[in-house]
Amino acid sequence: MSLDKPYLDVPGTTIFDAEQSRKGFQLNQFCMSLMTHDNRERFKANERAYLDDFPMTEEQKQAVLARNLNWCISLGGNIYFLAKLGATHGKNFQQMAGSMTGMTEEEYRNMMIAGGRSIAGNRFVGEDGTAQAQHQPQGTSTANGRL
Amino acid sequence: MAKITASVFTSHVPAIGAAIDLGKTAEPYWQPLFAGYEFSKQWMKDNPPDVIFLVFNDHATAFSQEMIPTFAIACADQFKPADEGWGPRPVPVVKGHPDLASHIAQSVIQDDFDLTIVNKMDVDHGLTVPLSLMCGQPAADKFEWPCPVIPFAVNVVQYPVPSGRRCYNLGKAIARAVESYDQPLNVHIWGTGGMSHQLQGPRAGLINREWDNAFLDQLIADPAELAGRPHIDYVREAGSEGIELVMWLIARGAMSDQPPKVRHRFYHVPASNTAVGHLILENT
Repeated sequence: MSLDKPYLDVPGTTIFDAEQSRKGFQLNQFCMSLMTHDNRERFKANERAYLDDFPMTEEQKQAVLARNLNWCISLGGNIYFLAKLGATHGKNFQQMAGSMTGMTEEEYRNMMIAGGRSIAGNRFVGEDGTAQAQHQPQGTSTANGRL
Repeated sequence: MAKITASVFTSHVPAIGAAIDLGKTAEPYWQPLFAGYEFSKQWMKDNPPDVIFLVFNDHATAFSQEMIPTFAIACADQFKPADEGWGPRPVPVVKGHPDLASHIAQSVIQDDFDLTIVNKMDVDHGLTVPLSLMCGQPAADKFEWPCPVIPFAVNVVQYPVPSGRRCYNLGKAIARAVESYDQPLNVHIWGTGGMSHQLQGPRAGLINREWDNAFLDQLIADPAELAGRPHIDYVREAGSEGIELVMWLIARGAMSDQPPKVRHRFYHVPASNTAVGHLILENT
């Protein structure tokens, strides 16, 4: 029997399950390496050369170089690992989360101050809430997903 | 005999730690959040524990994908604040309580809960932010936390994560373990993480105030029923990272079966991406 995945119908959400974990292992191992100052500096000095020391797929390396967290997550990354990459680039969790929505930093921050994203229409794929596929991207960011 | 006298529940948002560390607690954005913990800091001074049993989750800090313990009890004599990518937080080293931790490990494992024993671990914001919120900033000339802490890490990052029922029953086993320790220690048990938040994908920023407050109500009044709630409810209603709330059931399970005294209740949106919930319950 294969894995039971009752969460696949939650819109705009990727659950870090065994399948994602297998896909993302080397990507997430790379992220863990950024937990020392020296490695962060070495990575920033030459991102491509640093990435080539890890047996990641070429697409995973491209996603890291593009600083595109949605892309990284689709390749098995998880936000708590990717946070090390964000931190290396001087970003906080709000900037990281916001970068995945299409909103500018200010638009996302204002949404949070106004009480956050509403659950209405965002429980099941096929409803009409802001996280649904038909409403992407959500804001006016021109960063194209780049953190 | 040792005794659990109270439980504390709080979110552990990293930005709260950063706000404290950078001296921003009086800024308009943060002031309402920290105001909600003023009572709590005084309560800690008035009701000082001998040991805090602190349930938290490691955020891919001590545990990478190489090893993922579902439940890990830390038995070392000290734990350093981790470098999560921004450099370590400028907070004191956390002193452990190896003797009580080892006793709890023995008792709980022989009570059929298969804990992982950890003898070396750095601790991330999941553990240090609750300490900062409840204890405030330690003075420079006495740079230490007020008491020893037993870190207890729960996997809520990679699925499968433990069920609410398992967490609740584990809490009961921890309470039995504490009560069989032969020193007269006053123990507080803390459950941390949550409340509603999602840090990923187009649904990032999800907040569900109504669900969160219903969770708080039920955690106080009917935790056994709450423990039966399936994971998918947390994910769908409280966001992918809202699953951290299952950890609160460990602390609640460790309380007595009598209705607790609610000493403090607080709820605030937002702290960065997250809804902050906070409870102090005393055993009656």
